[in-house]
Amino acid sequence: MKGIKFIIAGILFGIVMSKSEAISWFRIQEMFRFQDFHMYGIIGTAVALGTLATFLIKKFKLRDYQGNPIVFTPKEKSVTRYLIGGTIFGLGWALTGACPGPMFVNIGFSYWAIFIAIAGALAGTYLYGAIKDRLPH
Amino acid sequence: MLELLRQPWPWYTSGIVIAFIMVLLLFFGKSFGFSSNLRTICTACGAGKTVKFFDFDWRSQTWNLLFLVGAIIGGFIASEFLSSGEAVQISEATIRDLQQLGISSPDGMQPEEIFSLSAAFSLKGFLILLLGGFAIGFGSRYAGGCTSGHAISGISNLQLPSLIAVIGFFIGGLITTFVLLPLIF
Repeated sequence: MKGIKFIIAGILFGIVMSKSEAISWFRIQEMFRFQDFHMYGIIGTAVALGTLATFLIKKFKLRDYQGNPIVFTPKEKSVTRYLIGGTIFGLGWALTGACPGPMFVNIGFSYWAIFIAIAGALAGTYLYGAIKDRLPH
Repeated sequence: MLELLRQPWPWYTSGIVIAFIMVLLLFFGKSFGFSSNLRTICTACGAGKTVKFFDFDWRSQTWNLLFLVGAIIGGFIASEFLSSGEAVQISEATIRDLQQLGISSPDGMQPEEIFSLSAAFSLKGFLILLLGGFAIGFGSRYAGGCTSGHAISGISNLQLPSLIAVIGFFIGGLITTFVLLPLIF
């Protein structure tokens, strides 16, 4: 059962996203209306600690549990794909109030309507794969 | 203790745990990025036969699918055992703004006007969820990541592309919030 640690990490993720209400459409609306610090606090804290951790892992050349070096792959340089892709993502994020992680956490909450959004997300992913060579990157 | 856990958790708790999960996955030799699962699921369903982008060994991503399964279980645990049953505690200003759109104040985690089954199977609710989900799937692959891959992992690694993607997330989010939602509702 090498996989169980990933399930446990996922459970922790699902619980914390639920308990901090980051899976709620209302919280995402509040964020995009700049009416509370809550979501900015979550993302800000995660990024601040994540930056520190990433720095320390690189500085001390830490290894993973199997002894392999932890490598960070730089994102390929571009503006177009990130700006256009990001904007399309944002349009959907504010509509459904759930980015990909929270979409699935919502299943655990018995919000069955989210399956419609998941079906849409799979269709969107498929369409991107089908036409990606024709898109500016 | 359980009583304390049942209350909504403050933002810093969540931020700390999310950073911890990111580091944990790095120590497991993986990297935190949820939307890749959408591509993996397409591949597992046979999309690789028709489209090259999906032609890869999806079993190499099993770990991330297990993370996804865990996320669903985590949501279930939170809703069944760790919930106080209270509505989401959003600000008064947001409640007022949403009421002007005709969305009633929170009763649970999600608005009835979109997520109740009767709303979800009305034409409007169905299209909101379907097209919203579609944009998320298309946009996250186009941008090469979502909130976890760009906003958390990418920015933590000081990646300019991730910052550009997050700026895009906000451009899109603001257009939906201030242009599309008033048109739809």
